[in-house]
Amino acid sequence: MCDTCGCSADGGAVLRKPGESDYHVHVTPDTEEHTHHHAGEEHHDHDHGHQHHHHEGTSRKIMLEQDVLQKNNLLAERNRGYFEARNILALNFLSSPGSGKTSLLEKFIPLLQQRFPVAVIEGDQQTTNDADRIHALGVPVIQINTGSGCHLDALMVNRAVKELDMQDNSLLCIENVGNLVCPALFDLGEALKVVIISVTEGDDKPLKYPTMFHEADLCMLNKIDLLPYVEFDVAKCRKNAMRVNHHLEWFEVSVKTGEGLDAWQEWLEKRLLHH
Amino acid sequence: MHEMSIAMSIVEAVVANAQKEGAVRISGIDLLIGKLAGIEPESLKFCFSSASKGTLAEDAVLAIDEPEGIGECGECGMRFPVTFYYAECPECRSLRIKIVSGEEFLIQSITIEEEGE
Repeated sequence: MCDTCGCSADGGAVLRKPGESDYHVHVTPDTEEHTHHHAGEEHHDHDHGHQHHHHEGTSRKIMLEQDVLQKNNLLAERNRGYFEARNILALNFLSSPGSGKTSLLEKFIPLLQQRFPVAVIEGDQQTTNDADRIHALGVPVIQINTGSGCHLDALMVNRAVKELDMQDNSLLCIENVGNLVCPALFDLGEALKVVIISVTEGDDKPLKYPTMFHEADLCMLNKIDLLPYVEFDVAKCRKNAMRVNHHLEWFEVSVKTGEGLDAWQEWLEKRLLHH
Repeated sequence: MHEMSIAMSIVEAVVANAQKEGAVRISGIDLLIGKLAGIEPESLKFCFSSASKGTLAEDAVLAIDEPEGIGECGECGMRFPVTFYYAECPECRSLRIKIVSGEEFLIQSITIEEEGE
């Protein structure tokens, strides 16, 4: 049961907005969204009860050859088409919890938004803490709380986008749930996946979580200001990442000191002009 | 635990197809899950049993075929088995490997039961 509105929506993801404590929208698979205003109104699955009458107790094999993630992938393509039509560059930021995804956004968005409109979708199991931080920058933001979910999917992003005031020719940053495993499998409709690792995590991360690095387009190594204090071999980490995916673009940054962020900012602006 | 949401997608897809065909229940589901697809078959089976509760797929037996990973070298064209994404060509040591098999993730077929009048 939803603890905010007492409705019967179990487990699904919920959209929230910073500073609007009574705003929340459940992400349900039907096209109707259900808000807290209609608690108690249950959606019954229509039970057709229609049974076709065939021969007595036969079994039959039906070939499907259907992609298991087909539904997600189709919806992701719809998101992608929407972004393309409005010339919105959508980036999916992925990492373990604590690698600095939100801090990175806090650092570059203020510089970027003087030239390009920016909107943000935040994904976490619970709280609007990250969305509150982004809201403080004055950019449109939606928090997706996945509840028990370990990743964002295309449906959640589709619903979140409808709640966001997005402008043409803009940047959409989607910060996925902190997790180096599951989010790799779910296309959201983004143009590029950006994976972030930090020097406190170990230089073998790309080998331990190869699916994520294989799927990513760009890898950002964060917290390089801590290199003197940790055992982390940057060259080895980069080599490991390239072994998994030789197309990876590579950046080394410190969100804290700002080192290396010029290159990222330059890359991003170029991308925004020519995507 | 993305296997849970994947199990739910499978249930949704097979039930939709079975209903279209007028099935009274689904007795079998054939899946193709490549060894590089990022899915744990055992974990998926476990999740499937709870995701399918109360649906046409409740008693369905999951048969999972797991094709091996095969890489193709971008330099010399050699094909060889791979178990990871970071494979190296055994012939020329190149790391420019394209995965040509092992990433499959399909519902191949379902077996449905129909009941007479």
